[in-house]
Amino acid sequence: MANVLVFTELHDGHVKPVTLEILGKLAGQTADVAVIGDIAADQVATLAKCGAQNVHKLKGANLDKYSPEGYANAIADFIKSKSYDYVFAGATSMGKDLLPRLATKFNAGLASDVVNFTMDGGAFAGTRPLFAGKCLAKVELTGPKPHFVSIRPNALGMTEGLTAGAGNAADVNTNAGEIRAVIKEIVKAASAKVDLTEANIIVTGGRAMKNAENFKILNDMADVIGATVGASRAAVDSGFAPHAMQVGQTGKTVAPSLYIACGVSGAIQHLAGMRTSKVIVAINTDPDAPIFTKADYGIVGDLFTIVPILTEEFKKLLGK
Amino acid sequence: MNIFVCVKQVPDTETKITPTGDGSFIETASIKWIMNPYDEFAVEQALLIKQANPAANVTVVRVGSKKDTEALIPALAMGADEAALVEAGDNLDSYSIAKALKGAIEKTGKKPDIILAGKQAIDDDCLQVPQILAEMLGLPSVSVIVGFEMNGAAVKVKREVEGGALEVYEVSTPVVLACNKGLNTPRYPSLPGLMKAKKKPMATYSLSDVGVSEADRRVKYSGFRLPPEKPAGKKFDATDAAKQKDVVGQVVGLLRTEAKVI
Amino acid sequence: MDFSLSAEQREIRELALKFAKNEMIPHAQEYDEHGKFPTEIFKKAWELGLINACIPAEYGGAGFSAIDGVIIGEALAYGCMGMNTSFMANDLALLPIVIGGSDEQKKRFLTPFTQEFKIASFCLTEPGNGSDAGGIKTQIKDGGDHWIVNGEKMWITNAGYADLFVVYGTIDPNLKHKGISAVVVDPKTPGIEIGKKEDKMGHRSSDTRGIRFNNVKVPKENMLGKPGDGWNIAMSTLDHSRPLVASSALGGAQRAMDLSVHYAKERNQFGVPLAKHQAIQFMIAEMGMKIEAARLLVYKSAWLCDQGIRNTEIASYAKAFASDSCMQITTDAVQIYGGYGYSKEYPVEKLMRDAKLIQIYEGTSQIQRLVMAREILK
Repeated sequence: MANVLVFTELHDGHVKPVTLEILGKLAGQTADVAVIGDIAADQVATLAKCGAQNVHKLKGANLDKYSPEGYANAIADFIKSKSYDYVFAGATSMGKDLLPRLATKFNAGLASDVVNFTMDGGAFAGTRPLFAGKCLAKVELTGPKPHFVSIRPNALGMTEGLTAGAGNAADVNTNAGEIRAVIKEIVKAASAKVDLTEANIIVTGGRAMKNAENFKILNDMADVIGATVGASRAAVDSGFAPHAMQVGQTGKTVAPSLYIACGVSGAIQHLAGMRTSKVIVAINTDPDAPIFTKADYGIVGDLFTIVPILTEEFKKLLGK
Repeated sequence: MNIFVCVKQVPDTETKITPTGDGSFIETASIKWIMNPYDEFAVEQALLIKQANPAANVTVVRVGSKKDTEALIPALAMGADEAALVEAGDNLDSYSIAKALKGAIEKTGKKPDIILAGKQAIDDDCLQVPQILAEMLGLPSVSVIVGFEMNGAAVKVKREVEGGALEVYEVSTPVVLACNKGLNTPRYPSLPGLMKAKKKPMATYSLSDVGVSEADRRVKYSGFRLPPEKPAGKKFDATDAAKQKDVVGQVVGLLRTEAKVI
Repeated sequence: MDFSLSAEQREIRELALKFAKNEMIPHAQEYDEHGKFPTEIFKKAWELGLINACIPAEYGGAGFSAIDGVIIGEALAYGCMGMNTSFMANDLALLPIVIGGSDEQKKRFLTPFTQEFKIASFCLTEPGNGSDAGGIKTQIKDGGDHWIVNGEKMWITNAGYADLFVVYGTIDPNLKHKGISAVVVDPKTPGIEIGKKEDKMGHRSSDTRGIRFNNVKVPKENMLGKPGDGWNIAMSTLDHSRPLVASSALGGAQRAMDLSVHYAKERNQFGVPLAKHQAIQFMIAEMGMKIEAARLLVYKSAWLCDQGIRNTEIASYAKAFASDSCMQITTDAVQIYGGYGYSKEYPVEKLMRDAKLIQIYEGTSQIQRLVMAREILK
């Protein structure tokens, strides 16, 4: 049995779901959670329900906002006072930035963007995609401990029927040390949508969207089902959507529960970026479009007629 | 001012990846190797800084195997001043690569003011090396940058985070920056640039020259395999206008009852 | 014998191909549809040193070999055969100066092309004389302290955008080949009328026009060589330009094959990818075979050029074989794509339209065979 620390981020005061996915998968190990700053009692309860024994609230000067150095120093400071075998976190924007620096403070290794793992005999062995998901490999860690692991959101899924942990929450004083790279300002994106890489549902438009304005029908559907809208490389290259929306090898690699591809032919680079989605729906006029080879549900038809009907059907289903 | 750019050579995005028979890595024989696309933004940013500070020196550094078409050459052709190659296998882990980069940078005897790299290499997709390198060198870092301004030693960068929001950082050089698409538009290497590139200095080191050994490996990979093919899905014909509503309704129903995703 | 490219040549090819893929392919369809001249792309290619490969290093060029030139030509034609025709026309027009010009003329005419983005036209063909280049009617008369040019030219690439014309005419039609002469003409000279852009089947982005010369005064010092040297200059130019034109057919054929292979692997019919059907496999095998053979001919004809060995026969083999193969391969590409291939939504129908012209210009496939036979039987 391993001694594990799970670092969680809060989003609007809520624990990010990936933390709960990780805790669920760690059932059978001793798992603590660390968070920077305060966390509400109901959130501690949620963590406890998923098996968290202790919830360490790391506090100290200069931790009011994220900085790679400050967070890494503070968490390292705390970890040094304990004896964890493993430190886990979500492979989120922050996790990806923070963990490599944190791990290096221990000269330790980091397995990043892991999509599945086992802890047989308390030893981590993970699976992670490489080459934009075109292949998978087993990943193991060696060298000084603790070992660090970041987990791709939505990859593990939630585990049901967990044994609850004690959920003892306590403050810990930590030292953020010297912070040289400081956030001066945060510029919010125009829409407050969930990022593609963390989205649970994604609706993507391809070249067949014809222009940027037509993305409205995708936005309408996305609003109904709480999806984030993406675009294929062909659509981005044609100027229908910004690169931030691009799904695929040179865009974002995504793994939502539901991926709805509208007028996307399914070029190999695109498939590489979304093939690990749990359920794929494809709408295309060409019955032989390669996207159908990856689709769980393929609809042969014109997206401009099908998407509005889908939107109506979703509304009905969800009582909206 | 000394600017370093870390580049990696990776399989072309269109490459079909085939695991080796023993699953220890991928077949590399017929791969077309390109400069990691994100590194092009790093090279371009270095050259933009050099344009504003003509005395600046840009050194490109790569860790990996010798290639038929060397990715350091286009970087030199774009306008970098010199290059260093640390010869190594193509399946090193991030920690070893970062340590080798640190060693190669130190070998030049130049004190880095700015170290630029792509935010990730599109082969192992680890997103680790720039941050590890920064920590090893005791430098601050900002990753996934999409905006850059410089005023003397003061650097202001924009980091892209979830949902497209931007964190605006202020930091002083020396600093490590990991670049994302959108930061700039990389120039093409020109043919005359290519001719000049041949005459620019390129140092070559072995891993042991830069103090890296197998003991530095932290991440071990094995069992390379193709992702499992999904079983064939269900396909519905909705080309007939009269049946469209029924067909779509059926699919939506299945998404709830069978796939349980709505 | 060594069939491999040097590291430098591989890098040149990578660079040119990258430009073709990122800057040409994404726009090729649009320029074709609207018959738009690719000024911006042309200029960008020039900035990167991809244009005017024929200019020697001593006049400010990069000093490329003929092999380097065909490597670049193939890559740019891979991006778009039509745009490449405009690019290549610069070389076709400047080659007579490289071959027949004096040192002073090379400095005066070639060097500016290395310092500034400029466009050139090669003016040989006339309304009544295409393949029969010896029958040129345009007159170059001695006007005392200048030449006077009168006549009409047809199918002149880049005519509407050119900064320089190389014009072939005769000082005396009775002298036949021996009267043919070449002069460098400033397109802004009074008396030059440039016709309207031809509405063509393919190569629609390249600018093709007729030009009329009405008592156009040309400085004496603008004649390449002596009066009557024109025919030899033209023939020698063809020896250099045919490998280049052949390389453009090669680039177009390679693109058609790459698209076909990609499509054949992705598109399913009868439950399996097209590539599993033998009928498709045969077409693709044929493509590969022809492209490989064409490439060897193109490289060899350029290599002979670089060695200073007369390449007339091999250059004609290369030009005819590459362009005929390109026609066959692009036609088969449309066949493999089926109905989609015939649609303008997919890129192969354009390739087929573009391929046709390469069998026609710079010496038709039939003229090439005449040249071959003459060389073999002499």
